[in-house]
Amino acid sequence: MAKIEPKKTAMPEQPASERIQNFDEVPYGYTEEMAIAEAKRCIQCKDPKCIEGCPVEIDIPGFIRLIAEGDFRGSVRVMKEKNLLPAVCGRVCPQEDQCEKFCVLGKKFEPVAIGRLERFIADWEARQGEAEIPKPAPPTGKKVAIVGSGPAGLTVAGDLIKLGHKITIFEALHKPGGVLVYGIPEFRLPKEIVFREVDYLQKLGVELITSFIVGRTKTVDELLTEYDAVFLGTGAGLPWFMFIPGENSKGIYSANEYLTRSNLMKAYRFPEYDTPIMQGKRVATIGGGNVAMDSARTALRLGAEESIVIYRRSKTEMPARDEEIEHAEEEGVIFNFLTNPVAYHADKDGWVKEIECIRMELGEPDASGRRRPVPIENSNFREPIDTVVVAIGNSPNPLVPATTPGLETTKHGTIVVDETTGRTSKKGVFAGGDIVTGAATVILAMGAGRVAARSIDEYLKTGEW
Amino acid sequence: MNTILKKETLSPSVKLYEIEAPLIAQKALPGQFVVVRIVEEGERIPLTIADSDPERGILTLIVQEVGKTTEHMGLLDEGMAILDVAGPLGLPSEIENYGTVVMVGGGIGIAPIYPITKGMKAAGNRVISIIGARSENLLFYIDKMKAVSDEFIITTDDGTSGIKGFVTDELKRLIDEGVKIDRVVAIGPTIMMKMVSEVTRPYEIPTIVSLNSIMVDGTGMCGACRVEIDGETKFACVDGPEFDGHKVDFDLLMQRQAMYIEQEKKSLECFRENLVHRI
Repeated sequence: MAKIEPKKTAMPEQPASERIQNFDEVPYGYTEEMAIAEAKRCIQCKDPKCIEGCPVEIDIPGFIRLIAEGDFRGSVRVMKEKNLLPAVCGRVCPQEDQCEKFCVLGKKFEPVAIGRLERFIADWEARQGEAEIPKPAPPTGKKVAIVGSGPAGLTVAGDLIKLGHKITIFEALHKPGGVLVYGIPEFRLPKEIVFREVDYLQKLGVELITSFIVGRTKTVDELLTEYDAVFLGTGAGLPWFMFIPGENSKGIYSANEYLTRSNLMKAYRFPEYDTPIMQGKRVATIGGGNVAMDSARTALRLGAEESIVIYRRSKTEMPARDEEIEHAEEEGVIFNFLTNPVAYHADKDGWVKEIECIRMELGEPDASGRRRPVPIENSNFREPIDTVVVAIGNSPNPLVPATTPGLETTKHGTIVVDETTGRTSKKGVFAGGDIVTGAATVILAMGAGRVAARSIDEYLKTGEW
Repeated sequence: MNTILKKETLSPSVKLYEIEAPLIAQKALPGQFVVVRIVEEGERIPLTIADSDPERGILTLIVQEVGKTTEHMGLLDEGMAILDVAGPLGLPSEIENYGTVVMVGGGIGIAPIYPITKGMKAAGNRVISIIGARSENLLFYIDKMKAVSDEFIITTDDGTSGIKGFVTDELKRLIDEGVKIDRVVAIGPTIMMKMVSEVTRPYEIPTIVSLNSIMVDGTGMCGACRVEIDGETKFACVDGPEFDGHKVDFDLLMQRQAMYIEQEKKSLECFRENLVHRI
């Protein structure tokens, strides 16, 4: 057996100094040679542990073996049996906490770069032109309404259309994709990729209706009169604020607003696109998650001279992926750890001019297992700032629960489901993704979609609740 | 879908559109709004619903041309479609029999005050309507408003129609004359709603205003529209747009409404320039 390369095959990417000048994707992806070389690092375990780490159970050794053999078409087929959105997952899944975490190679060396290979195979297929459209399944005559076209909804749609059910997706915004389109920036996930995946679903026969707000345009109860089942994948779209003095000053955004303006509305191309966005020179982003990294990096691309992340804990507690933190550091994002804003100070016209922070120290571990940040008394200080992005989290959008009688929710506003089936308290209604878990990851939402799809199919067949 | 069935010029800068939007027309209640986007590169803007006809599936929007999107919309002809219309959004107006209600509509605010007035009349209220504008040529919906009002007053700043003065002057007069007012609903420029709230505050007359803050999605997702009500942050799009006028921080609202004034100017200039090139 050939000697195993200890390190992952490197993926070429745009140099930091160049990429902060544009919104183009950062990594270029593997070439065919790189992909084959990386695929050959996989030792094809008899009892592969990596699959256990994948919420959608991709046959990981299977698709990698076919890459190693140069059979890219075959590899695509294996991938798409379980995952209809590989170009998305290859880019935004936290593989280090999932498949790659379980890779046997990882015990001695770096694990196989499963995510990069997944991305490669998806991009390879896209370059071949039209995707292969599988033969449609015989129609079952059953109709399913999917509310929300984010990762959970798209997965349910893909799984159920393959079984012959008639699928309609209702999306509140004017473009499909949910957080993949309004939230995740172009430089991390080109929107063209999301639209390509949605287009593929439409070619399979999925109907998509945009600008349709379930709860307002029609309620879930009304959908239940036309559809045999309803899946709720409405996400965690309600932004949190800290409710500290001055937070409503001009120049202060929720991350949702900042990213929606830039990503969905393409404000970075103003005035070609109508939607404006503040192009601050000194931008503070509050929070330590992936959304905070996306915001801080967006600020640089919009022309910020200084983009500062303010996080109340230390680097070790940051919930953002390592790769995102590294990219942000390379690009020159400044990190202010153990710091928390307490107030904003504005000028007479209401524009934010200064951020007032307090220093923090780490105390005993809290419910999350991370050490609790405690304010240090009399450590307040002020810094000049002209734009602020509050990226401290989101809760589920309350619109659907509020307009759906009989739908049980938790005190956090999430929908209560049976985890093994995605069934809610209301007959015929299923839910999955952030609306159930609170803000989490794309792949977890897809995993929940897969579970729900399976049980929706069963319900449609048996009618039993 | 979203086809413009009828377009009418109500005043030099105000146009009425009847739009084919059956799903929204079936659901729309007084006080609600839609979010529209008219071209692929376009922004999303909230527009209040002036009327809806569920049977014909028609939504009436009355739009004042104040910026790029509204000016561009003014160039669309009957038979053309609006790219996206989403709604109905926001909480509907609270309508019940309060007794005597005064409905105040200023400028473009006459459009959204009309369906609420109609609802108030149908609920059995004695309705006194005061509508006002800078000048006669900016007034519209006079007959429609008259038809749903027991008493009807017009004011113009320059005296070209009705009484010379502001809507607040007439409201104050009614109060001074001892008219027992159980509720005031005021929609118009923010400064007008602020002044109306100030007039009624000493008399503790419940006063409802409809806040037109900047919005992006209009569904509670972004928080661009946040306003302070009694010191508490609320989202105008989902918690409103109607709030207790005595609790609204109008100065903050006016500041936030002016957030993109420079960009809005630039956007409009670019649009007009391109238009000249095309012609």
